[in-house]
Amino acid sequence: MSTPKQIQLSHGGGGREMAELIGKLFFEAFDNQILRQEEDAASLNMTGPIAFTTDSFVVSPLFFKGGNIGKLAIAGTVNDLAMMGAEPQYLSCGFIIEEGFEIARLKEIVQTMAAELKKSGAKIVCGDTKVVPKGCADGVFINTSGVGRILKPGISVHAVQPGDAIILSRDIGCHGAAILAAREGLELESELQSDCATLWPMVEQLIAANLPLHAMRDATRGGIAAVLNEWAKAANVGIELSEEAIPVRDEVRGVCELYGFEPWDLANEGTFVIALPQEIAAEAINVMHQFCNCDQARIVGTVTEANAEKVILHSPWGSKRYLELPAGELLPRIC
Amino acid sequence: MSELQLKQLYDGFRDPRTVAELASQIKELAAKLTEPVNVMEVCGGHTHTIMKYGLLQLLPDNIEFIHGPGCPVCIMPKERIDQAAALAQLPDVILVTLGDMIRVPGSEGSLAQFRAKGCDIRPVYMPLDALKIAQENPDKTVVYFAIGFETSTPMTAVLLEQAEKLGIHNLLFHINHVLVPPAIDAVMADPETRVNAFIGPSHVSVITGSQIYQPTVDKYHTPVVVSGFEPVDVMQSILSIVKQKVEGRCELENQYERAVSYKGNEAAQRKVAQYFTVRPSFRWRGLGPIPNSALMLRPEYRHRDAELKYGERLPVKEIDDHKACQCGDILRGKAKPQDCKVFGRGCTPQTPLGSCMVSSEGACNAYYRYAGVK
Amino acid sequence: MCLSIPSQVVELHPETQSVTVDTLGVKRTVSCHLLEEPLAIGDYVLIHIGFVMNKIDAASAMESLTLYKEIVDKMEAADV
Repeated sequence: MSTPKQIQLSHGGGGREMAELIGKLFFEAFDNQILRQEEDAASLNMTGPIAFTTDSFVVSPLFFKGGNIGKLAIAGTVNDLAMMGAEPQYLSCGFIIEEGFEIARLKEIVQTMAAELKKSGAKIVCGDTKVVPKGCADGVFINTSGVGRILKPGISVHAVQPGDAIILSRDIGCHGAAILAAREGLELESELQSDCATLWPMVEQLIAANLPLHAMRDATRGGIAAVLNEWAKAANVGIELSEEAIPVRDEVRGVCELYGFEPWDLANEGTFVIALPQEIAAEAINVMHQFCNCDQARIVGTVTEANAEKVILHSPWGSKRYLELPAGELLPRIC
Repeated sequence: MSELQLKQLYDGFRDPRTVAELASQIKELAAKLTEPVNVMEVCGGHTHTIMKYGLLQLLPDNIEFIHGPGCPVCIMPKERIDQAAALAQLPDVILVTLGDMIRVPGSEGSLAQFRAKGCDIRPVYMPLDALKIAQENPDKTVVYFAIGFETSTPMTAVLLEQAEKLGIHNLLFHINHVLVPPAIDAVMADPETRVNAFIGPSHVSVITGSQIYQPTVDKYHTPVVVSGFEPVDVMQSILSIVKQKVEGRCELENQYERAVSYKGNEAAQRKVAQYFTVRPSFRWRGLGPIPNSALMLRPEYRHRDAELKYGERLPVKEIDDHKACQCGDILRGKAKPQDCKVFGRGCTPQTPLGSCMVSSEGACNAYYRYAGVK
Repeated sequence: MCLSIPSQVVELHPETQSVTVDTLGVKRTVSCHLLEEPLAIGDYVLIHIGFVMNKIDAASAMESLTLYKEIVDKMEAADV
């Protein structure tokens, strides 16, 4: 019998085919001692405060410039831990695969995940695979959960304070724009790449520098508009941003012009914001500038007591307006 | 002079220093005005620019913007959206429409809500996508819910032309194309209107040419300046209007010469004339019925008209906005959004009661989001 | 109303009555059905919902930009 090239329902059935898939593909790629135990649950040895997070990934298309769903699934969960000042240690990984999905593509996704794990040193220690009939999923869905030891306690949205500087790690909107460009029906061509990246190496250095970080968050869905609005609400503060200071690359601007979007509403997958005391902002930026992913890191705004719960964008035209929470579904504007 | 770069077409017309300098020229000249200038920017795109770039804050008190009825999404009466929803609920119908139209609520919900209920509703970016959808679904009827002013009508004409040429019979149209000049007339017909100058739409004029506003100048003795969409364009147009007012002139001017000619895109106009004819009356949300203000398919294309084909199954009940809603007065420049009792209370962008709150180009929506920043 | 953006023609496809245009580094193919005059590579055009609406008059755009530059230069000279 020849090895099938597509995932079949039997791959999720708990029998021989599934064991083979898990053994050949997942164990080989994610190999580590804990995973190899093949227990019902991973047994972990952890002490002290722990950060714990989960995220499901359902991106379309699955492969895009600058990454694929696997890279997102690792970087996303690792970044959520890093943003809490926690060292990403152990991840779980659940796959929901559509019948008929090509095994070669699954392999590519899994290998990307393994490569991305190396950037933080986190390990996948448990997992699950389900196969659903054709049409019940869009290729593959991945859920990852993660735990990590909190190295720097107290980083919290509630710790954002008036007087804080807001630092942005790099230019915004690349992931959202790259996904849109790759989406069926829009047929755009560009060099644009998703910013998808593991942020732990930068965060590790920021923690090592012992800087009093108040809050950190990666600006994923809803872009920096969503993150900053959440901060303003949670900490009951105002946030004032300088539009000129926020870097946006030309191609992202191009996509925004085409569809009437705004770059602050577009998703990022390797871009984060930090709130910390103004006087140490320069030091933090110096640390960040050592990484090519953050060589554009800069102050883009400040936290104020006035205008609580609002984010205000100052334009280079001398005007200001509210930066709102973006609407759920980004639809092209025709007018 | 070096050659023009694409980026200059964006940045050059958004340059903050130019905007600032034009603002100071406007301020200086506006001091000589003997009466306030109430400029209607007919087009929602201009409203968007004025809000996005904060141009209101740069102008003196004796210049006021009155945001006109030029957003095709906002002026769509609820019964038309109800018709779209009714079409989408028919078995074997795929409803196709442009982008953010699907967010606008009809009397029983928005098209997005009907999509969630299982109707096959597809927002597209390009009208020609409807052709592809029709080809890929030969056993379904695809209805293109066509919206837009003069700018977007030629694209619907090409879609129809292609469907005819390629023999794609399962593509029908629900036409909601509306016209700018009758809307201007409707605003000016009100004896209490305060509008005394117009900024003419950018991209409507690309198609129609600036010629369509000459009657406005002649009938109402108001300056009309056709303007580009960028902030420098708008400021330069305001400066021209103030100049006309100070010098006692009322003329048609074209600030947007790089894209608009007097006669417009005549090839596009011919296509529109080939497939469309004027509809005797169309009800505008906020303004009510306006004679000759919209288009419909010519009799020879009746077989493509979803309104005729599904006539008896489409709701025709006219649905007015909430009684407290003052959109009509706001569109005529007789009231400001803040004057309306329901503004920001019962009526918000999430739950719009009237046309001006519906899309980001509506006056109330823009005020709700931008005004009051301290 | 009517979002429409300046783009530059980078490829011609006469067989399908379309052209590829570039908008700040993003390329896509749009229809030329509404244009009678032929387009050339390098032309600036306005795009609306997948169609070329018309050609942008580069000379006129340049004229405006030159005027703005003069305005700003004059202002800056006055500020000194």
